[in-house]
Amino acid sequence: MGAVNVITYIFIIIGLFFNVVGVFGLHRFPDVYTRLHAATKCTTFGSIFLIMAVILHSASIWAMEGTYSAQSILSIHSVIALVVLLITNATGAHAIARAAHRSGEKPARAVVDDLEGKDND
Amino acid sequence: MIWLPAAIVVTICIIIAIVRVFIGPGAPTRLVAFDTVNTLVVAIMVILAILFEQVVFVDVAIVYGVLSFIMTLYVARFIEGKKF
Repeated sequence: MGAVNVITYIFIIIGLFFNVVGVFGLHRFPDVYTRLHAATKCTTFGSIFLIMAVILHSASIWAMEGTYSAQSILSIHSVIALVVLLITNATGAHAIARAAHRSGEKPARAVVDDLEGKDND
Repeated sequence: MIWLPAAIVVTICIIIAIVRVFIGPGAPTRLVAFDTVNTLVVAIMVILAILFEQVVFVDVAIVYGVLSFIMTLYVARFIEGKKF
């Protein structure tokens, strides 16, 4: 039980660190694409670790209490939430980046746009 | 456990991201900030589920994640300027 608690604490600290770094980058970067880079990747990674800490904690209580524990539902549904988060964040970030480029948003201080005129489906 | 301080830190992150939703120049920046808020809300709902021992919060988090994904796709199509 002690080792599981230590690993849970480590996962929570990693998750909170990456969430804070992602939100910090949302305010520090100059344009849409770098903000998307910082915010999406860091908050996805941090949220994965926070949900994995919840899964580990509830699964350890489940393993301790037996098959018909109330924590079993929490553990399995947290796994489903993790899968949903993994699928939707990557796809949503791709859609945002494509929409921003096609609506004429330029990167800050950019000289050459390599995708100029190449985005006609 | 550490769940209550973790929930407080994620709440502060959500508030800072909402500030970027209000001051951000242009629609794509606001959409990026709002997507960040959605991800953090899913994370905090799972944390609150284990803090209050309510399994329903995780189900709410799953449905919120799927619906916010659809919202992101629709607003992205709107920014892109295409017909649906």
